[in-house]
Amino acid sequence: MPMRKTFLEGLLHRPVTDPPPALDDPELAELGRKLDAAARRRLGRGLAIREVDAGSCNGCELEIHALNNAFHDLERFGLRFVASPRHADVLLVTGPVTKNMREALERTWRATPDPKWVVAAGDCAINGGPFAGSYACVGGVAAVVPVDLHIRGCPPTPTQLLKGLLTLIEAP
Amino acid sequence: MTGTVTHHRPWPRRMADAPGWERAAARLAAGEGTLLALWGEPDCAHMAILDEGAASPGIEVLSLACPDGRFPSVGRVHAPAIRLERAMRDLFGLEPVGLPDARPWPDHGRWGVAAPLSASPRPAPDEAPAYPFLPVEGEDLHEVPVGPVHAGIIEPGHFRFTCDGETVVRLEERLGYVHKGIEGLMRGAELDRAARLAARTSGDSTVAYGIAFARAAEAALGIEPPPRAVWLRALMAELERLANHLGDVGAICNDASFALMHAHCGILRERVLRAAMTCFGHRLMMDRVVPGGVACNLDAAGIAALRALVAEIGARFPRLADLYDRTASLLDRTVATGIVRPDLARRFGAGGHVGRASGRAFDSRRALGGYPPYDALRFEVPVLEEGDVNARVWIRIREIGQSLALVAQILDRLPDGPVRVPVAPARGEVREGMALAEAFRGEVFAWLRLDAGGRVARCHLRDPSWFQWPLLEAAIEDNIIADFPLCNKSFNCSYSGHDL
Repeated sequence: MPMRKTFLEGLLHRPVTDPPPALDDPELAELGRKLDAAARRRLGRGLAIREVDAGSCNGCELEIHALNNAFHDLERFGLRFVASPRHADVLLVTGPVTKNMREALERTWRATPDPKWVVAAGDCAINGGPFAGSYACVGGVAAVVPVDLHIRGCPPTPTQLLKGLLTLIEAP
Repeated sequence: MTGTVTHHRPWPRRMADAPGWERAAARLAAGEGTLLALWGEPDCAHMAILDEGAASPGIEVLSLACPDGRFPSVGRVHAPAIRLERAMRDLFGLEPVGLPDARPWPDHGRWGVAAPLSASPRPAPDEAPAYPFLPVEGEDLHEVPVGPVHAGIIEPGHFRFTCDGETVVRLEERLGYVHKGIEGLMRGAELDRAARLAARTSGDSTVAYGIAFARAAEAALGIEPPPRAVWLRALMAELERLANHLGDVGAICNDASFALMHAHCGILRERVLRAAMTCFGHRLMMDRVVPGGVACNLDAAGIAALRALVAEIGARFPRLADLYDRTASLLDRTVATGIVRPDLARRFGAGGHVGRASGRAFDSRRALGGYPPYDALRFEVPVLEEGDVNARVWIRIREIGQSLALVAQILDRLPDGPVRVPVAPARGEVREGMALAEAFRGEVFAWLRLDAGGRVARCHLRDPSWFQWPLLEAAIEDNIIADFPLCNKSFNCSYSGHDL
């Protein structure tokens, strides 16, 4: 019964989800339109992202997860997360790159087919952030694999993340 | 040398001799008291024991000087100490004499240094020796290695499954991939920098870590944060609990391919994060709890936003819980799956939903009189005995209800006044403090020594996951490997909090 009720509510009443950001979030809507055009041009509407946690506190992962919720609905922009680097166009890397994760990151990068982009998300991924200088951290993704784009924030919000991915697509 | 150390608050710390230390270990092995923490310093080992059953319930902190770098292993007789002692050996070069496991734990041979936190760290080649997993013998067995990079958007760790057909006969975890050296970075740090590091030990529990660290610092310095700050801390802690439980209930169902719950729980989680952003200026409320109080306030608009949040979740979530409870295909996956036996939960002192789903009622908001403002708030600590995935889901469902009620009570009774007092270091004096704070996955333990200049001399943070990760190995035994994601998500241990 609760399942039928939940479905019926979705059909007969206003959706349980908020209206898509296009209606109440002009910034996100603008992003979405630009990304749609750019992604189509470059990648035929599809951009497959493989996330790699290289030592984050897991705050970045929470916000990256939020990209998939009904509010942000990442997939309407043609962006989606994939389970293997072999299916990916983009590696989205978080964390200060711990020395214990360095080899795993390198191997994940090598497993990703060209052309590929690397996005370093979060302040840690830029230069180690608060963990810079530790015996256990390399200190930034760029020290291990070539980085195409940094997205700031501790953690970056879903909107910042989306903005960043758009910037990547629009790069010359 | 034995005796009580001065300036250790709120519980006393005693110097023990080796026989006294071994007696404490024997008591733990006999089930008298619960190991709360076990940590090192270059020339000293410490252990905190929770004793709820004693005539005067409390926490006992024992310290053993180790001038020769050795101490009698607690793990030799009490398994929950084994990984903690392996970490002490890797980080401080202390040798737990008699420890049955000679393998390293956080040290993967990649740091370029051995015993980095000892008095004399040694250069070490970066050659990552092969890690010997426990030997497995048997004709029909096969191994499945998973990680450190997993298929989902989750933290890194390695799982080595040994299977007989689909059935897991053993899981062995290897962690440490996200070891950041937080305790090393803490040494010599000013209090505010150390608080920011503590807040980034496990991002999903940033408020709880903030509270644990701040309360340890305040205990050490003899500072009372203003009442309004204490209530705002609890408000943020309950919002954090709500966000995590909502996200996890949905994610557990998603791991059984029931995406509908995931979508709806994800909406409610996002509502909590947006309300946190509106009220406190950060979706995860990072760095809002500081020693001396809080670095935020709540205005009338914020109170209205939170009342609306409580009303919406209160209206929507019960139907989702009902949906969970009436979906037979889902229950088929969660009921009787991944059972943690109550005796194991008790022995390991597992906190949070892992402990409470297996009969262990401990909640640091309540235990030993609790900490403010929870001593003035009405709430229940749900406890079940079944110990399966379903029980862990139900503990979370019921805790969502309790947190909603707590938020409403806090909003009704939020005291006026300042939210922060200055934190003056106790110049010229070494001070020590400790605290517990209840994160969504269990109690965070913080121990802190401030030097005579007011800087951090040593800080130890013990995530609840330390005593839950080993139970996941037990829970998956005899389950099919396809149910591992369900079991794992129903625990949702922190990799970062554990690896530190």
